[in-house]
Amino acid sequence: MKEIVVISGKGGTGKTSITASLAVLAGQDVVVADCDVDAADMHILLQPKNSQSEDFYSGELALIDQESCTQCGACYDVCRFQAINVLDGVHKVDELSCEGCGYCARVCPVEAISNIPLNVGKWHIATTRFNQPFVHAKLGIGADNSGKLVAQVKNKAKEVAEENQKAYVLVDGSPGVGCPVVSSLSGAHFVLLVTEPTVSGMHDLKRVYQLVKKFHIKAGCIINKADLNKEITQEIISYLAQEEVVHLASLPYDESFTAAMTNCEAIVEREGKIKEILEDTWIKIKQIVN
Amino acid sequence: MNIAIASGKGGTGKTTLSTNLASFIAETEKVVLVDLDVEEPNSALFLEAQLHFSQNQYKMIPKWNETDCLLCGKCQDVCNYHAVIKMLDTIMVFPELCHSCYACSELCPTQSLPMEAKKMGELKHFKTNSFDFIESRLLIGEEQAVPLIKQTLDYVEAHFESSDIKIYDSPPGTSCPVIEATKDADFVILISEPTPFGYNDLVLAIETMQALKQNFGIVINRFGLGNDDIEKYCEQHNIPILAKIPNKKSIAELYSKGELLFQKVPEVRTALEKIYQYLMAFKKEQAL
Repeated sequence: MKEIVVISGKGGTGKTSITASLAVLAGQDVVVADCDVDAADMHILLQPKNSQSEDFYSGELALIDQESCTQCGACYDVCRFQAINVLDGVHKVDELSCEGCGYCARVCPVEAISNIPLNVGKWHIATTRFNQPFVHAKLGIGADNSGKLVAQVKNKAKEVAEENQKAYVLVDGSPGVGCPVVSSLSGAHFVLLVTEPTVSGMHDLKRVYQLVKKFHIKAGCIINKADLNKEITQEIISYLAQEEVVHLASLPYDESFTAAMTNCEAIVEREGKIKEILEDTWIKIKQIVN
Repeated sequence: MNIAIASGKGGTGKTTLSTNLASFIAETEKVVLVDLDVEEPNSALFLEAQLHFSQNQYKMIPKWNETDCLLCGKCQDVCNYHAVIKMLDTIMVFPELCHSCYACSELCPTQSLPMEAKKMGELKHFKTNSFDFIESRLLIGEEQAVPLIKQTLDYVEAHFESSDIKIYDSPPGTSCPVIEATKDADFVILISEPTPFGYNDLVLAIETMQALKQNFGIVINRFGLGNDDIEKYCEQHNIPILAKIPNKKSIAELYSKGELLFQKVPEVRTALEKIYQYLMAFKKEQAL
């Protein structure tokens, strides 16, 4: 089983639309995992059914029992996150600032502070409208620990792939270079970078590829909207050659890309140039990972 | 007055709006632009600015000093992040897991884990010919954006008047970095695009702002694309739409080259005027 992770650095380059298309092309060979857990969109295109959900707990939150609290301030003194507020002499935990380190509970002389497990979201296992296993998740509002939820989604997807002898796990990652992205890269066999020829697209591609290099994972790149700025497309192609990243495809700027998404379809469900290019791209990716 | 620009979905125009709005307001008023998307900061690509000041930003990490260590294992017991592990006769620290809570360091009976500064990123303070601009960027491989966002906000608070208009370009998503970047703002502008993805992620962002009890309004970018779900939702839920920026290939082309839009595209200037008027009315109403 090979794990293919799709990331982009910059958001909005077409990562999810392209991942959904590759999922359609992979047919029954694939388990799909949406690891963009704080803005998950893959379900809009793949319209999962028979969904089973589970709560996800990770980390803790301090809670002060006001009955036993003596308002001594020991918790306030040790908290590095400004998460203990004092209002009219009463100590309270600011839930948004608390990072669940538990230090306050350890120094409370009357054991008035407990740590409660934090429900940070839900993860789901379902079947896409193409009858493929699909694992996705929704992070709770403002929740921490997105990296751990990403790991949970990936591990579940791998488990399902092994049980059902699927050849590929296709992972839609998050934008950026922080903890959810790091978490989605760990254990991957191939990284698909989706970029666009804009100054931001290129800047973010370079940053995220520096991260990929730390993991020593083979990478390929799709340049979306390649004709929007031909000069930058050329610069990206030179950069890819220099870094030995495979330039898999350049897709044209085409309003039908968004039109398909607006209809909740993957682009490859429509006949046309983009479909042909992506069919060819999927064959290339399979050759590289195998 | 602190204005945060956020979105839910990435690539909907946060940086475009931040850089254009700051440059537009700077024509008449004092404004500071702050790029808080520390994982992928892009605002600088759209501005001509001179570097005024830069500094490394650090986070505090425990460093094992074996001389007096009793190998009692207390440090491992008190670390909720599994960032300190006792292995046979060694204490190992995993800096990327550490949240800098100081528990292991301060609860060690022999002070064998002093905290030490580790570089996590860089802050740069630039000046354009009309306004100040601050950006921070996370070192590649560092996972936690929140501490760097916090320190950037502290820098801005220390160097500018509270009455100055400050525009914060926030990270995408709805998780902890976005909360840090928006929770202390006076007003949050959520920018999205009228597609199913844009709509889905905008609703998540709206729910996040409601949970934070934030004041917020919507800007629709690439208007004309997709459908009218966002407008219907805003009407139903009584959420103000501040402005609409049309979907035009010429805008995408200018953006691709790193150019500001409002001097070249009249519709963008009109949208910025509307947003600015809304913000000024809000400021007056809230007596900020």
